[in-house]
Amino acid sequence: MKYIDEYRDAQRARQVAAAIHARTTRPWVLMEICGGQTHTILRYGLPEMLPPAIEFVHGPGCPVCVTPLEVIDSAIEIAARPEVILACYGDMMRVPGSRSDLFRARAAGADVRIVYSPTDALQLARQNPTREVVFFGIGFETTAPANAMAVWLARREALHNFSMLGSHVRVPPAVRLILGSPGNRVNGLIAPGHVCTIMGLSEYEELSREFRVPIVAGGFEPLDLLEATMMLVCQLEEGRAQVENQYGRCLSSTGNAAAKKVMGEVFEIADRKWRGIGTIPQSGFVISEEFAAWDAARRFGVEDRDVPEPAECMSALVLQGRMKPNQCPAFGGRCTPESPLGAPMVSSEGACAAWYQFRGQGA
Amino acid sequence: MKFTCPLPIQGSDRVLLGHGSGGTLSAALLRDIVMPAYTNPLLARMEDQATLQINGASVAFTTDSFVVKPLFFPGGDIGSLAVHGTVNDLAMGGAQPLALSVAMILEEGFPIEDLRHIAQSIGAAASACGVSVVTGDTKVVEKGSGDGIFLNTSGIGLVPPGLNLSAANARPGDAVILSGSLGDHGIAILARREGLSLESTIESDSAPLHSLVSAILAVTTEIRCMRDPTRGGLASTLNEIAAQSRVGITIQETSVPVREDVRGVCELLGLDPLYVANEGKMVAILPPEHADAVLAAMRAHPLGRGAAIVGTVTSTEPGLVLQRTAFGTRRVVMMLAGDQLPRIC
Repeated sequence: MKYIDEYRDAQRARQVAAAIHARTTRPWVLMEICGGQTHTILRYGLPEMLPPAIEFVHGPGCPVCVTPLEVIDSAIEIAARPEVILACYGDMMRVPGSRSDLFRARAAGADVRIVYSPTDALQLARQNPTREVVFFGIGFETTAPANAMAVWLARREALHNFSMLGSHVRVPPAVRLILGSPGNRVNGLIAPGHVCTIMGLSEYEELSREFRVPIVAGGFEPLDLLEATMMLVCQLEEGRAQVENQYGRCLSSTGNAAAKKVMGEVFEIADRKWRGIGTIPQSGFVISEEFAAWDAARRFGVEDRDVPEPAECMSALVLQGRMKPNQCPAFGGRCTPESPLGAPMVSSEGACAAWYQFRGQGA
Repeated sequence: MKFTCPLPIQGSDRVLLGHGSGGTLSAALLRDIVMPAYTNPLLARMEDQATLQINGASVAFTTDSFVVKPLFFPGGDIGSLAVHGTVNDLAMGGAQPLALSVAMILEEGFPIEDLRHIAQSIGAAASACGVSVVTGDTKVVEKGSGDGIFLNTSGIGLVPPGLNLSAANARPGDAVILSGSLGDHGIAILARREGLSLESTIESDSAPLHSLVSAILAVTTEIRCMRDPTRGGLASTLNEIAAQSRVGITIQETSVPVREDVRGVCELLGLDPLYVANEGKMVAILPPEHADAVLAAMRAHPLGRGAAIVGTVTSTEPGLVLQRTAFGTRRVVMMLAGDQLPRIC
């Protein structure tokens, strides 16, 4: 498959891994931020190819995992209304709220449909004028523009039976929290290439200066991640702390102007709660006043809710890279993908689920 | 800052879609509800078919229900699928299929023309398999109580003497042979259901496997186990075999055939072909000394042209399926809890 197989070439991967071996003289802790990158690292067993001195910790970049309890509870509550069709991405279906999940809500009679893009949800609204179609839109800066576009289009078409229940988060404030926390062990960061393709690199340049940490914007294929690792190791061994772009085939340093424009119109930046971590200042997007009529939280009166998370698992430590999934006492025992104790065990991009799926229970 | 998480949601007081996925939720349903209610030694073997001893003959007996949507898809329809599915369950027990039953549950308002088309497809598939539909049943439910048409087929077949096939029979050192590319059926259905417009049409691999099985058994009857990796895909099938035989299985990523267009759709939707359903593929586990001859026989058969040795049975880590990646690293291939869900990014 063109544009994919090149980045999965085993021989080239072994060459880059050998170069990393040759370059590494000291232990380095690297964090890949994005859940898609975590998935690839574990799917291809990349740590096995690298020197033991290189340690990957898995960051908080799984939007499914960090969606707070109250938003999932709200989605379930809205979905239960007879007039509502709730449209959501497939991997949101199994994420547990405080009492239930969307699969169980559907089994209990709610009309919940899996869609592949926000435009599918818009289409549902056009086809079902007598129903309320609520799109459960979550994601980082990567998915946020398309979700914003759906709301923007709904207003242009005067599609009044469409609204979005949003839970959108921003990467840089979470990175700031991790790098600034007293227990931080991270020496270098692989920034999510898709997010940077939208937003550009300036936010990461700020972070790199502030914490004197090297950041490489990396892609999602195994060779992308090996190359990004090589670039980080070079910087660390040479004592440099810069922002570099490994994902040049997609990413320009200024980002995507059109995407930023539509996000700027539909969203505004606000404080946001992250599941398992807590509220991070300025870390989310909410639907702006101008588009309030298409905000499901306002329409169905579920805004400003707060569901406390009972002390049970240690997902915050995992999401911040301060604990490996298998170091959690519940991992693989009381907490499995079948009955997840915490959000990172739910989505296949969650650090715990990816670890469980590709490295097994005890590995 | 809180280091907290929600309480687990254990079980469900209602049936979930995942209970029908062939993964661990399905297994839990069998373990917790079905087995305690009516288990017996034959059922407890959990094979795709039961083999009964009747007056000295070994008779395989199986049943399967079909609820596929859409009813008509590239490469087949619910009618041909219902015939192939039951013929294949018999074939995996080594049986030569003899006779089928077909039961239909129809929803009020279902177009007669569609029914005629499906019935003709059942007839054509059965006659191509050399098997007769000898009994049947028809029920109609009120509009809204069904989804157009559901089919159930049951079948019986004769097992030749000397065969001992079971998912509990795999032994360390055995070879794992797959008859062809993975995921064609599941992706054909998904692409049609979701209206994905692709450059090429991906066709379901729906096909009867009994003649391929005959070709294998003509080489040797020393086969440990045969399975068709339907729902849950190759990953679920191998996990079941590894668990029941208390062995490990290691598959080689580079040896597992997947069509280029199927891979493309899987990439697009974030699905793993190892978990996607097949309806015309089989896995055979057999002692290594017969592997080359059986592989050659399979490749000489039209339904086994793409056959490959994809892995081996090991004594390490019983119950675990591992994949050796193209990079030489290894990963665990787990049984899925429920259905494979498309990933967000």
